[in-house]
Amino acid sequence: MRQVYLDNAATTPVDPRVLDEMLPYLREEFGNAASRNHSYGWRAEEAVDTARNQVAKVLGCSPKEVIWTSGSTESNNIAIKGVARMYGEKGKHIIAQETEHKAVIDPCKYLEQEGYRVTFLPVTKAGLVSAEQVREAICDDTILVSIMFANNETGTIQPMAEIGKVCKEKGVLFHTDGTQAFGKIPVDVEAMGIDLFSLSAHKVYGPKGVGALYVRRKRPRVRCEPVLHGGGHERGMRSGTLNVPGIVGLGAAAEIALREMDTESKRLSGLRDRMWKGLSSNLDEIFRNGDPDQCLPNILNVSFLYVEGESLMMGISTVAVSSGSACTSASLEPSYVLKALGLGDDLAHSSIRFSMGRFTTQEDIDFTVDKMVETVNKLREMSPLYEMAKEGIDLSKVVWAAH
Amino acid sequence: MAYSNKVVDHFEHPRNVGSLDKAAVNVGTGIVGAPECGDVMKLQIQVDDANNIVDAKFKTFGCGSAIASSSLATEWIKGRKLDEALEIKNTDIVKELALPPVKIHCSVLAEDAIRAAVADVTAKRDAKVEAS
Repeated sequence: MRQVYLDNAATTPVDPRVLDEMLPYLREEFGNAASRNHSYGWRAEEAVDTARNQVAKVLGCSPKEVIWTSGSTESNNIAIKGVARMYGEKGKHIIAQETEHKAVIDPCKYLEQEGYRVTFLPVTKAGLVSAEQVREAICDDTILVSIMFANNETGTIQPMAEIGKVCKEKGVLFHTDGTQAFGKIPVDVEAMGIDLFSLSAHKVYGPKGVGALYVRRKRPRVRCEPVLHGGGHERGMRSGTLNVPGIVGLGAAAEIALREMDTESKRLSGLRDRMWKGLSSNLDEIFRNGDPDQCLPNILNVSFLYVEGESLMMGISTVAVSSGSACTSASLEPSYVLKALGLGDDLAHSSIRFSMGRFTTQEDIDFTVDKMVETVNKLREMSPLYEMAKEGIDLSKVVWAAH
Repeated sequence: MAYSNKVVDHFEHPRNVGSLDKAAVNVGTGIVGAPECGDVMKLQIQVDDANNIVDAKFKTFGCGSAIASSSLATEWIKGRKLDEALEIKNTDIVKELALPPVKIHCSVLAEDAIRAAVADVTAKRDAKVEAS
């Protein structure tokens, strides 16, 4: 049976070219990059510097502005908690938006317990916030705006440059969780007015457990109180022995992603559009979630009316995707991201996220479309909601016995 | 979390999918759950004059475990008397399908659906007796 992996927004396999770069640093070149007095340490430091350059090129920043971390969750924590604590005397207000990843929402909520105020801006039906919303939310004591670059569930891309401009005008620091955008679409921290940018290696064909945080050094010089205290690595912002093989992998992954971005982006959006065309021409009552224009090339989020997401995933068992259905998590709550877009719980339960990647082929897409069409039709035949809708019953008017 | 073989079997080969004439006096319909909660089960039974369940059908919007629970429920109640159908407990379904704790609500829903269908057909018959 053909196995298809369409969950690249969750994680990606390590590119063999990346692994080749990493292996020497797991074998003979095992030195500690902080060892200043022998060649093992020097060679490790050199490799880390190369990676810093590679990552900086993707962001359009100076290599000195790249801080290594264990991944986006840690980067987000350093950016949000670190800035809040460093600038806490200046103000206690932070602005984010409703569809942020938990790794942004939870540090913000944590800070609320420490007396900070957080405004979560609502989004449009397409999942967008506007620079105007940000401008209106900024108060005298706002110290940080944190708006994700591209959403992990819908792929919707926020207007970064416009938001950055407002932040610069108002003198407020601008952080973005760039996890899904890094290496997929063009980023320019200068042109976009971004002061802090979080990223992870494993979303761009690098290894898990390594990431980075861009921290601006000039106009303005941004400082973060560290979350981890220790040897004072990474300009004192993130102590801990550097994960040299992981960092080498992230650097190699960044270089490949940048080099291939134009062609790969076109190929991926082609696959995404082929998928949507295949699904929408064969199935009625399906809806695409997110903004179809301001969207990552590799994410397609679709609600299939009258069918529950987990049963859909079970039906297409050899295809790996994600669902906004509660049944896929322990919480019993469907995707808060889709609900923020104004979707009812029923539509959120019926959603599937397809995320294509570097190793996805056209055959994978065609196979998945066939499987989806077959499964949706089968499950609709089994769905009391589909039957009621066909009988002309307005499901929103039915009084359900919620449990 | 992997599914048990029995859940997979019921999901891939659901027993008794379909609908019975809900207007018929000898058909009981139970609809439980809500779309917002991610599962809705419709279970129908057809009874003869001696209160035997001669046919059962279901349609379910929900996860694989919800579909399997309702499929199993129809299989179990067919051939039983109405009062015997009520003896089926959700814990029996949990055991048979090896449902994990997060899926116990699926079995509860199936038990509720049986009860609702039995109550419906009983009420219909009582109403008919009173009318005649």
